Amino acid sequence: MIPLLIYLGIFIVSFFIVRTVTDQAQKGFNARKTVTFGDESAVKPNRIASVISVLALFFLWGSFTGSSLLPGFLHMPGAFVGTTTFEYTARADDGTEDSATVTVIVHPAQDKTNAPEVDPGEGWAKDDGAAIGAYRSGLIRVDKNDEKGREVGHTVIAVNGQPISPGVDVFVNNARIGMSEKGTLNFEPDKGWQMEAIWLPPPEKVVERLGEIASEGYRDSTLYEHLGYSLFRVIVGFFFGALVGIPLGYAMGLSNWFRGWFDPIVEFMRPVPPLALIPLIIIWFGIGETGKIILLFLAALWIMAIAARAGVSGVAISKVHAAYSLGASKRQIMRYVIVPNSLPEIFTGARVAMGVCWGTVVAAELVAAEQGAGMMIMVASKFQLTDIVILGIILIGIIGFGIDILMRMAEKWLVPWKGRV
Amino acid sequence: MSGLSISNLSMRFDLPNGDYVQALQDVTLTLAQGELMSVLGPSGCGKTTLLNIVAGFLAPTSGELVLNGHEVRGPDAERGMVFQQGALFEWMSVRENVSFGPRMAGKSEREWGQNVDHLLDIVGLQDFKQKAIYELSGGMQQRVALARCLANDPDVILMDEPLGALDALTREKMQSLVLKLWKETGKTIILITHSVEEALLLGERLLVMAPRPGRIHKEYRLPFADLGVGEDLREVKKHPEFAQRREEILGMIWDMEEEIMGRQEESA
Ligand SMILES: Nc1ncnc2c1ncn2[C@@H]1O[C@H](COP(=O)(O)OP(=O)(O)OP(=O)(O)O)[C@@H](O)[C@H]1O
Ligand SMILES: [Mg+2]
Repeated sequence: MIPLLIYLGIFIVSFFIVRTVTDQAQKGFNARKTVTFGDESAVKPNRIASVISVLALFFLWGSFTGSSLLPGFLHMPGAFVGTTTFEYTARADDGTEDSATVTVIVHPAQDKTNAPEVDPGEGWAKDDGAAIGAYRSGLIRVDKNDEKGREVGHTVIAVNGQPISPGVDVFVNNARIGMSEKGTLNFEPDKGWQMEAIWLPPPEKVVERLGEIASEGYRDSTLYEHLGYSLFRVIVGFFFGALVGIPLGYAMGLSNWFRGWFDPIVEFMRPVPPLALIPLIIIWFGIGETGKIILLFLAALWIMAIAARAGVSGVAISKVHAAYSLGASKRQIMRYVIVPNSLPEIFTGARVAMGVCWGTVVAAELVAAEQGAGMMIMVASKFQLTDIVILGIILIGIIGFGIDILMRMAEKWLVPWKGRV
Repeated sequence: MSGLSISNLSMRFDLPNGDYVQALQDVTLTLAQGELMSVLGPSGCGKTTLLNIVAGFLAPTSGELVLNGHEVRGPDAERGMVFQQGALFEWMSVRENVSFGPRMAGKSEREWGQNVDHLLDIVGLQDFKQKAIYELSGGMQQRVALARCLANDPDVILMDEPLGALDALTREKMQSLVLKLWKETGKTIILITHSVEEALLLGERLLVMAPRPGRIHKEYRLPFADLGVGEDLREVKKHPEFAQRREEILGMIWDMEEEIMGRQEESA
């Protein structure tokens, strides 16, 4: 909730700051437009907003994880670490009351620390020492060293002068103290607003982990092998999907028989998400490469077939007529008219198919794999290695985005007339 | 026998609901080699259907179509077509578009190169040879279409409103160009248009068609095309007979349109 509010705050505040600081006038033709609200072509992404948006995400991430990349004053209050004390008051059966002090060392959870030695002090209630990890909580048996123990009805009745009983909490310095049903004190140090590293590691930890995995690998394979396997599966699966799907789509666009034969299959398979095929593929082909490539082949096949079919039906009949009147044969019509005319559709399909394949391969690797980006994050999550999980997600996103950019560049190069007819 | 002869051509479109449209009924006409005939008529009178049959894209329900002594069956390089727009290949350059016919016939660039470049000169696109189609204006695109058709050296050129999408000034220039090419190449041309002026200016013969069923209403022989070759077309328009014919034909088409409207109101 708090991060969301801060994010919203950054969004609004930076909007007003950027608006007053920068020159908002549109450049070029858009400057002359009086109607811009509702004119989609007049909406250009504000690049300053994009930069601030990315920075804000990293800022929030760093701030809520106590990142060393951010100066300390930008950190959200962290979990309490250090030494704190509180006082309890106990009563025994004989009606006498006595107080004693408890010294608690709150240490980073992964370190082992012994309880501090304390001087027992005066009275029948003796002072205690305890050690508790940050973000954890622990029971403190304050009666253990007291002269009047539980056998004579030792009961804690107050902490720092405030009455306490099971279900009633008392807030002391840097901690909250509760009481179990049996009357034992439960010490819970303040968690602050930061996330514990096992839930969300700071950015530099993720980068560090990247370096570590890149040089040492993870689970018997290097990082490049993991990513390479995923990419390899996608490319091979997509390649065969396109190799079969495109001719199939052409045939469906050109022949009644093919259209009739494959229409029910294609229309039925289209709405089945490839993920739903994973169990069947595993039953049939196991968890090896074959199964994954067949899965991706199927994911790409229908998309490419439908794209090629749409490409054929999108040919303006006047182009086909013109080509026939110029003496072209059926083969030449195919080669010089139908195929080039369908390229824009095929590229659109290929981009969709690549995206779907990339998503499917990660999902398939989550289920079962020896190597791969999905396997990496799945195994890491079982060991609570959140930094690897986050690293994996970021890499998957970057690669997916990179694939799309490459496809778009290829499209621009091969189909320069797209959208300009 | 050289030339195009159309006899008793009828075309009936059967509609899925059991109805039918008689798009053409008993159309008979002959065109000698080298004649330019323009075709006028209210919308829906079967002009495009007639042209598609001559081109070989449609088979008539009855009647005969003979070109240079043999019957027409299907599209062929001997009958070239110029469409209103959108029939150029965007994935080819201007020069590749124009040389499409010869290339499909398996000719080498040595055989077609000179002719194609010459045609590009004539239509004034010598500086745009390597340009992409989408970089050209509408008028330039129609000149490419014209050159592409001519480069294939057909006997008959069929044009379905080739200048319909152009602005008035470009249109006038293109009309001069069509006349010039017609005279230079001696092609047989059938030109469909919605503009009475254009039909009068370009047509050595002028066919007025009537709708429902589509049929020949009246035929003219006109002197203006011959007058217009190499002349300023605006001068031709000042000819007293030109104005008279224009009024006559406009009136005729108006009457037909009104009749259609009347019939529609009746049935409504
Ligand atoms: N494929 C078709 N199926 C059914 N009817 C058709 C078909 N093609 C044309 N028609 C009908 O045939 C008639 C003639 O059509 P055509 O396109 O030849 O007219 P047109 O004279 O070229 O009209 P315009 O001047 O508007 O281009 C019209 O009534 C039309 O509705
Ligand atoms: Mg028409």
